[in-house]
Amino acid sequence: MKPEESATTGADLLVKALIDEEVEVVFGYPGGAVLPIYDSLFKQNRLRHVLVRHEQAAVHAAEGYARSTGKVGVVLVTSGPGATNAVTGLTDALMDSIPIVCLTGQVPTHLIGNDAFQEADTTGITRPCTKHNYLVKAVADLPRTVHEAFYVARSGRPGPVVIDLPKDVLMNKHDYEAPQKPIEHKSYKPVTKPDRRLLEEAVEIMAKAKRPIFYTGGGVINSGPKASRLLAQFVHMTGFPITNTLMGLGAFPASDPQFVGMLGMHGTYEANLAMYNCDVLIDIGARFDDRITGKLAEFSPNSKKIHIDIDPSSINKNVRVDLPIVGDARRALKGLIDIWQKRMPRTDQKALDAWWKQIGEWRGRNCLAYKQDGETIKPQYALERLYHHIKDRDHYITTEVGQHQMWAAQFLKFEQPNRWMTSGGLGTMGYGFPAALGVQIAHPDALVIDVAGEASIMMNIQELSTAAQYRLPVKIFILNNQYMGMVRQWQELLHGGRYSESYSEALPDFVKLADAFGATGLRCTDPAKLDETIQQMIAIKGPVIVDVAVDKAENCFPMIPSGAAHYDMLLGPADRAARAVSEEGMVLV
Amino acid sequence: MASSHTISVLVDNEPGILARVVGLFTGRGYNIESLTVAETNAAEKLSRITIVTTGTPMVIEQIKAQLDRLVPVHKVHDLTLEGAHIERELALVKVRSSGERRVEALRLADVFRAKVIDAKTDSFVFEVTGTTEKVDSFIGLMSALGLVDIGRTGIVAMTRGGEAL
Repeated sequence: MKPEESATTGADLLVKALIDEEVEVVFGYPGGAVLPIYDSLFKQNRLRHVLVRHEQAAVHAAEGYARSTGKVGVVLVTSGPGATNAVTGLTDALMDSIPIVCLTGQVPTHLIGNDAFQEADTTGITRPCTKHNYLVKAVADLPRTVHEAFYVARSGRPGPVVIDLPKDVLMNKHDYEAPQKPIEHKSYKPVTKPDRRLLEEAVEIMAKAKRPIFYTGGGVINSGPKASRLLAQFVHMTGFPITNTLMGLGAFPASDPQFVGMLGMHGTYEANLAMYNCDVLIDIGARFDDRITGKLAEFSPNSKKIHIDIDPSSINKNVRVDLPIVGDARRALKGLIDIWQKRMPRTDQKALDAWWKQIGEWRGRNCLAYKQDGETIKPQYALERLYHHIKDRDHYITTEVGQHQMWAAQFLKFEQPNRWMTSGGLGTMGYGFPAALGVQIAHPDALVIDVAGEASIMMNIQELSTAAQYRLPVKIFILNNQYMGMVRQWQELLHGGRYSESYSEALPDFVKLADAFGATGLRCTDPAKLDETIQQMIAIKGPVIVDVAVDKAENCFPMIPSGAAHYDMLLGPADRAARAVSEEGMVLV
Repeated sequence: MASSHTISVLVDNEPGILARVVGLFTGRGYNIESLTVAETNAAEKLSRITIVTTGTPMVIEQIKAQLDRLVPVHKVHDLTLEGAHIERELALVKVRSSGERRVEALRLADVFRAKVIDAKTDSFVFEVTGTTEKVDSFIGLMSALGLVDIGRTGIVAMTRGGEAL
């Protein structure tokens, strides 16, 4: 046998490498440059391929898969438009630290730079929107590159990695080499073990706290389910209150009395005021995003700040902290618990009681209150009823972006990590539905619901075809107010009620649309029929669109207008006339 | 508050590395005052990038953390913060003049220890090496004496003493 006969093609090597990385499913869309890979996929049955209808959706589906399982999501797209369509998804994954490996086709190496058909400078375009990217120029480098890419995607602060694969590299032959484990990178060595002395210092600061608060984010979720268990254990040991960011919901049980709700622009009154008034702030895996801090100069002005993060560049970026600790959330929490148990510090119980009393008073404002009266459904009511019917079932929630997303964060309760998939950093409309498909692929028997708005859902509506093809019983729960609700809300509050282009004109009939794709469509306009509709949705085995007609004028409160401080919160419609947004605030998004 | 820092970055010499570093600066709105790059270790395929940038202490800290986060970056050193170091720049300076001005250019070049590396009857190209200030003042003097063209390398820098970075 001649050597070239015994050797395998680059495409076969790629598939082998993916199997070695324990990949089970690839979300993709074929095209000329990746035909050799599709040929290799055809010849095997270990890897499952899920055909999406748009490459952006492939990345979001992989994100949903990754976020709900803790594994790396894998995407396969062709060169040129395949790669450029994936860019939004890649940026989304970068902002929210989701581990993705995205394989992109490329024109053969000898044509690179010639403006060949379906050629794009993929590594150039994706450089700023990936954690790292590779252009594989020789088949011999391919397996090693794949293994390195998975290592980079999943280790340290996770993120998306692109591997650009010229067609000739996929067709050339080479022998397979199994990955060397453990994989080590010559320059990329993230610090995951926190410095013990700093953790001891943190415990010292915490023990003296009079008005402490935990502020935790997506980093705890990314650190694995064990990190969330340790977080709950540590928070219970200390007796301190805790707030979560949008990305961090589920890391601490929402029903726990120590949980004061989400913080930030649409966070609870009690969470934001606790942040403003605290004297010790313990940040674990959250990055002081502008949606959290509001006006920087007045962000938690009198607190000692401890920041635990795996990414040193997240520390002291927006807010200067007193005690920075670089490390993985799980390891840090383990260390903190250990130190706390050994020292059994005597906390200032009198001060803590007073702090809880104060928090209780803020809670008493009942900032999420709304009135369900009359004949129109309030969006908050729709979500409360939805939660009532799903809470005892094995369920996962994804969202699109806008008012419905914030209401979902406020009114659905997350008791466990990895159950809540939302586009936090990038705010990508069209994220939720394909993400839900990815979640459903990973959890075939679970109830997966995309809480959507009628505008967002239109951005990746073509994926109904994917849902139909794979019989994915995803439920799309549309809060239909016939507006891009958050745009309308800002126009009402900040732009004199001039609703420029925010009306959802010429909407489809969602019931018929569902029918056209072989799904089931339901519509609900009557508050009295809401429960029945939700029960019906849950009972139907296949994909369902529920079109819930909700109050068109409802705004999402509480709201910290951009550029305002935490204490400067709008609690409801009556609040809005009292304050004008500053000019500085107007320029902020 | 804002001050100038010289940052030395050891990187894998691979395609796209300079684009990664420069893209980081433009994408996040940091300044680049000077940038030099060349392979410094052929056996291990390593290059050294020397960047001079300005910013508040918080911005400089952020720049270093962001650089360190790039996968092909091995080491990031803030020479300005880490103690005594030396900085040098090389410039090629073309001067066209005749008569007394030509003689004066040559005389000043001697004072600055600049070398003549090309000469025609009506022009010189000088090679001058030194700190940025020295190069600046040499160029300033030449501008009155028929300065035609300047090429500058930007700053390369190294710590004092026997230790490697």
